[in-house]
Amino acid sequence: MFVFRLDTHSGVPPYLQLVQQVRQAVLLGFLQPGDRLPLIREVVEDLAINPNTVAKAYRQMEQEDLVTGRPGQGTFVNEQQSAVMAASTYTSLRRGLVTWLRRAYDAGLDEQAVNALFTSVHQETRNEGVA
Amino acid sequence: MTELALRTEGVGKQYRKSWALRDCTLALPAGGVIALVGPNGAGKTTLLRLAVGLLAPTTGMVEVLGHDVTASTPHTLSRVGFLAQDHPLYKRFTVAEMLRFGRACNLRFDKDLAERRLAKLGIPLDRRTGTLSGGQQAQVALALALAKRPDLLVLDEPVASLDPLARHEFLQTLMGAVAEGDVTVLFSSHVVHELERVCDHLIVLNNGRVTLAGDIDTLLAEHRLLMGPRTSADPAQGSSVVETVHSDRHTTLLVRDGGLPTAPGWQAHPVALEDLVLAYLRRPVEAA
Repeated sequence: MFVFRLDTHSGVPPYLQLVQQVRQAVLLGFLQPGDRLPLIREVVEDLAINPNTVAKAYRQMEQEDLVTGRPGQGTFVNEQQSAVMAASTYTSLRRGLVTWLRRAYDAGLDEQAVNALFTSVHQETRNEGVA
Repeated sequence: MTELALRTEGVGKQYRKSWALRDCTLALPAGGVIALVGPNGAGKTTLLRLAVGLLAPTTGMVEVLGHDVTASTPHTLSRVGFLAQDHPLYKRFTVAEMLRFGRACNLRFDKDLAERRLAKLGIPLDRRTGTLSGGQQAQVALALALAKRPDLLVLDEPVASLDPLARHEFLQTLMGAVAEGDVTVLFSSHVVHELERVCDHLIVLNNGRVTLAGDIDTLLAEHRLLMGPRTSADPAQGSSVVETVHSDRHTTLLVRDGGLPTAPGWQAHPVALEDLVLAYLRRPVEAA
């Protein structure tokens, strides 16, 4: 059964953390079509988290067509059409990132500087509506 | 969800000469988890005691589940549960005796439910409550409060005295109860981290006054952190500045209801709940 985590210091709203974890697990193949997600109550009692937060996360995942809730049975991972990226795209993106990281470390940046740079550029591109 | 769990209007409470609470107007929706946050002495306990009818307001009106709490009947009170600070129990009673006491004193009391909850936690019914660990005592007190099947459950600093593990277990039980039924939970705390995972509504109380109240998602969406080169001007005009922090070359502003900054070099960032609460707590408030 899929297990959620919660990082209280990440600054990411809890419901979004849950959505992101499922999205990521699907992308990486840890969750496969037909897999059942834990019941809302199970997540609540496991994480000591507000039920409305979990319900909100599940609603959002349904809206994104990531999962389908079947009354009385549970919530199941959908067959993904576009969400799963092609393995070649994944590999090439990953390779690009590795190259970039090597250059950054060679240039003398440390982990914190790399994270700061990434976050700042990410924020800028998001503000420009790229991402 | 149009029903309000708690409504107060212009509520004030005066002890002798000093006001513990002033001009408190709130409308708290039913069905959620509401946190009441503030430093020690801010008036949290006073507000909670007013909410459950243990205190009468000096000014204003308190309405619980649609009923004026000062005219509260046993029937209204049976819909409200209250867990006072430090989880009071009769220390020489066994857990079973505590449950029997609970059933005798309440119109509505689901003893089976409480026994099931305690069995799940492995808390023996034949032990005197005084010999249980702090975490277990808190769980017994919570089981008693939940056995009333209250529509509104009010808890005063429920996790303040608990160690991290007991605190987590307490919140697990509490959130589990919210998931099971239609209970609205109102609790006070001076611990601001971890709030985001448990609450959907927030009240910040400082110096006897409500300085911030609302749905957490809405509050986070309304506020932003603006960062840019040091300035004394407001780069995002038309917004209200909650807090300004200057460093040598930088200025960080926490603003509410603002547009995006137009000045060059300025960036807007979302604000974390903990930072938001702290900023409001740091704001000077005139004494109540």
